[in-house]
Amino acid sequence: MRRLIFVVPLLLFAGVGAAFYVGFDRDPQAIPSVLIDKPVPTFALPPLPGQSAGLSSEDLKGDVQLVNVFASWCVPCKLEHPIITRLAREQGVTVRGINYKDKPEDALNWLARNGNPYATIGADADGRAAIDWGVYGVPETFLIDRQGRIRFKQAGPLTPEVVEKQILPLVKELRKG
Amino acid sequence: MKRHLIAACALLALSIPAARAVEPSEVLPDPALEARAREISKDLRCLVCQNQSIDDSNADLARDLRRLVRERLVAGDGNDQVKSFLVDRYGDYVLLRPPFKSTTLLLWGGPFALLAMGAAGVAVYLRRRQGPGGSDTAPLTEDERRRLDALLKDQG
Repeated sequence: MRRLIFVVPLLLFAGVGAAFYVGFDRDPQAIPSVLIDKPVPTFALPPLPGQSAGLSSEDLKGDVQLVNVFASWCVPCKLEHPIITRLAREQGVTVRGINYKDKPEDALNWLARNGNPYATIGADADGRAAIDWGVYGVPETFLIDRQGRIRFKQAGPLTPEVVEKQILPLVKELRKG
Repeated sequence: MKRHLIAACALLALSIPAARAVEPSEVLPDPALEARAREISKDLRCLVCQNQSIDDSNADLARDLRRLVRERLVAGDGNDQVKSFLVDRYGDYVLLRPPFKSTTLLLWGGPFALLAMGAAGVAVYLRRRQGPGGSDTAPLTEDERRRLDALLKDQG
């Protein structure tokens, strides 16, 4: 009984230490998505002017695809653009774009300058569709499986590390299933 | 001089209108609905700035969410329906007051558990101190009494 006085604080300390050890490794700004493993939200976005097809929920069924939310005014989008282009051209992943709160002419200029890896782009001028996707900042990227369910979400720009370690292995696995 | 400076600062502070993020164009014509919208907005987190409510935040997304809240209210949603609409998209994180459920048990119950542990500790301590036959309340032995008397006499 008397020994408890020494043991309890030690246990408490170990517990708090363990909590901090785990906690410090996590990014406190990252918000876990509730949409993981859920079907993509129902939406239908018009194309950018001069392009033939927009983007709707129907387009996201049948194949493993990436959905990338981007804007011409978004600096990190430019940073991740070569990575997305490589995914589309070299890995053969269909990438679809949601153009978030952009001026159509700015978006078209941006695509002309940086290249357009997107199979189709939906123009989300007022950002309402993005809210249905739980987007809270651009860029954000979602991986969709064949059944049209969201399986992975990256908030912020894609990095080569995220692509190598998370997206490509998951794409491989989902393509099998 | 110093007094003037303070007065000037006070005047300046008063002349700044209370900082509010809600813009006049967003306000609903129906005051009852608007009041409900304000109340809901205060409980919703701005996901960009993270520690402000959407009612306080000037971020673009906060403004969009404020508009959304008002649209849902005009469409006839109840307060809880509006909140769950956003929770479905952004998760519990969008609520500034986390709900009570299994994953938040430690968060809500933790302080009370700690309080109970502390109270138990104090109770045990007090009981032991008052307990009969404690060593520090044992009467002096004959030897000790004689030594004490001798010491007191020396002092006097």
